[in-house]
Amino acid sequence: MSEHAGHAATPRDWARDALFLGQSFGAYLKGLVTPFNLIAAAILCVGVPVAIERFTEGLAATTNLSDDSPWGLWIGFDVLCGVALAAGGFVLASAVHLFGLRDYRPLVRPAILTGFLGYFFVVVGLCFDLGRPWRLPYPMFVSYGVTSVMFLVGWHVALYLTVQFLEFCPAVFEWLRWRTLRKWAAWLTIGATVFGVILSTLHQSALGALFLLAPGKVHPLWYTPYIPVLFFTSAVAAGISMVIFESMLSHRIFASRLGNHDPADMNRLILGLGKAGAVVLLTYFGLKWLALAHGQHWDLLTTPYGWWWLTEVFGFVLLPCLLYAMAVRNRRVGLVRAAGVLTVLGIVLNRLNVSLITYRWNAPERYFPNWREFVITITIVTVGLLTFRWIVNRMPVLHDHPEFGPAH
Amino acid sequence: MSVNRRDFLRIAGAAGVAGATSTVAAGSAPATRVSDDWMGMLTDLTLCVGCRKCEWACKDANQLPGQQPIDAYDDKSVFERRRRTDAINLTVVNRYDPAAPGEQPVYVKTQCMHCFEPACASACLVAAFRKTSEGPVLYNENVCIGCRYCMVACPFEMPAYTYDDPFSPAVRKCTMCFDRITKEGGVPACAATCPVEAITFGKRSELLALARDKIAAEPDKYVNHIYGEHEAGGTCWLYIAGKPFDELGFRTDIAATPYPELTRGFLSAVPLVLTLWPALLMGAYAFTQRRDELARAEAEPGENAATEPQPGDHDE
Ligand code: SF4
Ligand code: SF4
Ligand code: SF4
Repeated sequence: MSEHAGHAATPRDWARDALFLGQSFGAYLKGLVTPFNLIAAAILCVGVPVAIERFTEGLAATTNLSDDSPWGLWIGFDVLCGVALAAGGFVLASAVHLFGLRDYRPLVRPAILTGFLGYFFVVVGLCFDLGRPWRLPYPMFVSYGVTSVMFLVGWHVALYLTVQFLEFCPAVFEWLRWRTLRKWAAWLTIGATVFGVILSTLHQSALGALFLLAPGKVHPLWYTPYIPVLFFTSAVAAGISMVIFESMLSHRIFASRLGNHDPADMNRLILGLGKAGAVVLLTYFGLKWLALAHGQHWDLLTTPYGWWWLTEVFGFVLLPCLLYAMAVRNRRVGLVRAAGVLTVLGIVLNRLNVSLITYRWNAPERYFPNWREFVITITIVTVGLLTFRWIVNRMPVLHDHPEFGPAH
Repeated sequence: MSVNRRDFLRIAGAAGVAGATSTVAAGSAPATRVSDDWMGMLTDLTLCVGCRKCEWACKDANQLPGQQPIDAYDDKSVFERRRRTDAINLTVVNRYDPAAPGEQPVYVKTQCMHCFEPACASACLVAAFRKTSEGPVLYNENVCIGCRYCMVACPFEMPAYTYDDPFSPAVRKCTMCFDRITKEGGVPACAATCPVEAITFGKRSELLALARDKIAAEPDKYVNHIYGEHEAGGTCWLYIAGKPFDELGFRTDIAATPYPELTRGFLSAVPLVLTLWPALLMGAYAFTQRRDELARAEAEPGENAATEPQPGDHDE
């Protein structure tokens, strides 16, 4: 915040500080003309009309969904990948608040913010996909399908969004300078973290459990009773890797707003995350083989889908795992980041494999997304990034608030 | 929809908000009792001549769009590609050409199987499907949010979706003409129309006996498999045929396990996580708190606790 932040007296001063980054409105507008913003604007120019088309013309006009492929890109990427990649929030919050790894404190707020926004935009994506999105609250208030794994997912995503909002509240209250509320919210942190970890454990695995009802549709190499555990473990790996990935992006882009964190400190933290990443990925690698052995599908490994499975497991699980290990050993932060990117790609590949690429693998006609589906997905991601940036530029996320001191 | 106390417990349980009382109800829900009174259908594929009058009758009875005069259904060109049920065709007939020349093609009518323990019902997060005490599985459009998980789950790929409807899209599937059969003497439209009586309507238990008798009487004509007797835990719609079912487009890899069993294990692990996790996590928290306190006490005996912020205690 700007220097005289503490003395903002009138609403106009507050608006200038809090909303326009301490500039006059005109200067603020001029500052908005950047290459990134121009690209974002171009995406929105295409995306918004397509979004309108989706809600006025319907799913048939805007997607390639069919009776044989009821789930497409919006479920496979926006929802399944979105939730997995937003796991960083619960991973870091539990590391810091529950397991006492206080050094990681500077990374918690960005991770919780991305977690919250991640889930929020998952729900936005879901609204595009649902036939009647305005009935989204039905499983909570109108009709209860208690035997459904989807019911569990629905409730948990809703509750978890609330929890993450609570976890992020201290930053919002600091921004608004609401001291009493800020204090209350901080007390809630531990409870919220514990609750958040439980909810995350359950719904990350529940997303995998959804596919338990699709034997013979999901390819046998990916269909396994272990799928809930696989989804959970890989989500933890994805969460860690996303934090590494974000720390790289946000620290480059938001360098000016960064608190006085020593780069050497940051490197140490990232190496530590790399170590955790290696351990989790190794576990995940083992579980993948355990699931294979349980299903007795060794013979399928020599089929084309078998090669594809091996590509996923070696190229996108074992390889990043080894990269993490090497990077930590040789203390090479750059390599940790590369491994992080590869892990994230691998988890995305896994979710797409389960939900789209191998789904109905033996069907004569296969689903490929309509271009409009890609446009909506890209638009949602763009709006997510813009929101993240808007918040980070204003609220104490990457730095401590001068009046409040270290958070958490 | 009204909620009684038991329902409420189950809701709270499955949602995982009420702790352990919870999924005891959802996880160990008693298996559906198979009822001898369930109605069902038996399709004898050795009789079907592929006239598609059942398709006409179905569309007529359900008032679905795209209806044509009954003669138009004689058109054989539709058999050139395999069709599936969709939002305006709740039953479809496909032709399976013989492998050897000289044999007759086989025509197969498909529609919802009206499972004993329907996958669609166990998938639906708003309980839009219900197994009626008469046997048919019914869908309630008024609560459906359109997630289409039921379509992912159904092993027979029967539910279809009106994707082209922007404002009130819905799932559609065969109802076994519920409104007709619950009236005295009512018979489903397809069975009533079939000119060769390839479809028999009746009590499922009696149809099973009938199917067994038919196979026993003419073992050379039929393969010894009643499709639907065990598939997915049993279905109200049964088929008998003169050829192995895997040659007739039927999925023969569907186990006899009812579909709800596939997720029951996962759902019953939920209360475990709900009870164990808080204990473990709070334990970890207490441990690290204590460790930090000790470390502080040793390192800086003169300092007060403010150097290492506690949750909720680090404002100033
Ligand atoms: S066949 Fe499919 S739609 Fe019909 S009752 Fe069974 S699971 Fe449900
Ligand atoms: S599409 Fe409708 S009926 Fe099918 S599972 Fe979703 S809410 Fe239930
Ligand atoms: S009406 Fe009867 S004979 Fe004609 S296609 Fe249908 S089941 Fe076969």
